Amino acid sequence: MLGLNAKDAGLFLLVTIMVILAPLILNPFPEGSELAQFNAGYPDLMQRFVIFGIFAIGFNILFGLTGYLSFGHAAFLGVGSYAAIWMMKLLTLNVIPAIIMAVIFAGLFALLVGFVSLRRSGIYFSILTLAFAQMSYALAYSVLTPLTGGETGLQIKSTDSPLLSNLANGEIGRANLFGLEMGSSFEWGVGNWLFTFNAGYYIAGIVMLMAFYMSIRIFRSPFGMMLRAVKSNQQRMNYTGLNSKPYTLAAFVISGMYAGLAGGLLVAMDTQVGPERMFWTASGEVVLMSILGGVGTLIGPVLGAGMIKYMENIISKINDNILHQWFAFLPDGMEDFVVFLIHPFIGKGWHLTLGLVFMAVVIFLPGGLVEGGQRIGRLFRRKKRDGAVGDAAKTPAE
Amino acid sequence: MGILEVKGVGKRFGGLAALSDVTLSVEENSVHAIIGPNGAGKSTLLNCLVGKLIPDTGSVMFDGQSVLGRKPHEINQMGISRVFQTPEIFGDLTVLENIMIPCFAKRDGAFRMHAFEQFSHEKELIEKSEHILEDVNMADKKDMHAASMSRGDKRRLEMAMCLVQDPKLLLLDEPTAGMARADTNNTIDLLKEINEKRKITMAIIEHDMHVVFSLAQRITVLAQGTPLVEDTPDNIKGNAKVQEAYLGESQN
Repeated sequence: MLGLNAKDAGLFLLVTIMVILAPLILNPFPEGSELAQFNAGYPDLMQRFVIFGIFAIGFNILFGLTGYLSFGHAAFLGVGSYAAIWMMKLLTLNVIPAIIMAVIFAGLFALLVGFVSLRRSGIYFSILTLAFAQMSYALAYSVLTPLTGGETGLQIKSTDSPLLSNLANGEIGRANLFGLEMGSSFEWGVGNWLFTFNAGYYIAGIVMLMAFYMSIRIFRSPFGMMLRAVKSNQQRMNYTGLNSKPYTLAAFVISGMYAGLAGGLLVAMDTQVGPERMFWTASGEVVLMSILGGVGTLIGPVLGAGMIKYMENIISKINDNILHQWFAFLPDGMEDFVVFLIHPFIGKGWHLTLGLVFMAVVIFLPGGLVEGGQRIGRLFRRKKRDGAVGDAAKTPAE
Repeated sequence: MGILEVKGVGKRFGGLAALSDVTLSVEENSVHAIIGPNGAGKSTLLNCLVGKLIPDTGSVMFDGQSVLGRKPHEINQMGISRVFQTPEIFGDLTVLENIMIPCFAKRDGAFRMHAFEQFSHEKELIEKSEHILEDVNMADKKDMHAASMSRGDKRRLEMAMCLVQDPKLLLLDEPTAGMARADTNNTIDLLKEINEKRKITMAIIEHDMHVVFSLAQRITVLAQGTPLVEDTPDNIKGNAKVQEAYLGESQN
């Protein structure tokens, strides 16, 4: 199917179904119930899942295949965002040109950064990319204020009048796709459940599926094999008649374009951008996503992105009042004590929880969540074979 | 006129003259051994031939063209393949993929953006790779993870990776170092076959005299960075200067 082998096609189909059904799957608890705060099926968060999924997929093409660890990928996300918002301010509120420009500008910027940074490898490469990203952040924050809006960033304002969108005087434009507004949703209430099907989410979801498909094709192509060769043994590669430089540069630019695509989509969804999008913590986050999900695997980065965005949005919402409700069944003193224990890990302390999860994954599941899934899968298969000797054939990580 | 002409090559590292005035000529279709005591400059010379080092003086002509100043991948594209002292392979990849990569390099050149073709559709190259794996008796290992193989298998794999490119000149850096006697003899047979059947010229650096005298048609003896003699194996055996060079080493 689509030029994929059976296994990859199965994976792609699974991801497609998940994307389509996400508003249902992520909303398992009825509205108003105590567990409703664990529901992730609201548009804003679902959009973040797929958009940061794209970011991580692209990052994984560079880091997972070639082994070059870029610590400045948020710069491309930011450049894409700024390019997109200017398209929407000046040309049209249709998101397509904005997204295309985001990809082009991020790609060009990645070409420049990659050309310089790829002269070194290992830690020096990481530091160079970090330096570029921090310079971009500083430029966006202050020096280039006329272009970037400085600290406050850029939003679509009532004074903006894009060339091709007919806005009434003073009307604030809204991002759309040929008239379909990103913010528009269809709500479906079943019993106590409320499911929201958001246009912006589905558009971002389709883009994510295309990005995912391209990444599978790259992984299975001779080009992808060359990138793995770069990671494995660059010396042998050069003595085999291959120039590793253009291969790594191509991988760098492709992953930069993925980041730009994600940046453009972020703008398409919330029509604003600020310099903090390029800050080094944002670059670090995509590294965490890849490692958490499984470096060099197809689906890992998407899982990692989902996990981190879920924790960022859900765990940070939990506060002491909610904890007291949960543990109300305990005797008073005990209740306070348990709440006291859990308190540092919730709300603003969600980073602490993330840190613990991250450490646990790196130590016990070096292959990330994907390895966890594979181990569980193997466990089931072994049970099914009912004691038959497992060949323990190590399947390459998917 | 040999296929590889090295003339007056010199290379200094700081105050140390690693090579001085090295001249040798490798005849087409022959096996040419370069021997010498430790520190004689054999590996330095090899590195000058493949673009890892650039000599300070002299010229290196391959097939009528200078290799000096060219990058390793360009020199490989001219038709020189190199086998390393410790096997250099793509450990993270399967054996078959290890062979496929040089096939792509041979067919598509140093860089090609084949991101939307499929690896599994390259039937012709896969067939070619499987064929060469049969030649080195590794057909049953083609789906193995290359890093998990024994050292001997890694060497054979590296050899196969070079052979599949059909090089005009194969450079071997101690291809039997650390091998058991039986493996060494297998390697000798393999190299003989490569030279005779495939007509591939070979330059070989080797310590093991058994290997050298079983394979080489001509031998260059290096000592302290300069060629002592270049002659046929029989004449080398009886050469007093050579004996002195080796005995001198053992006295140190």
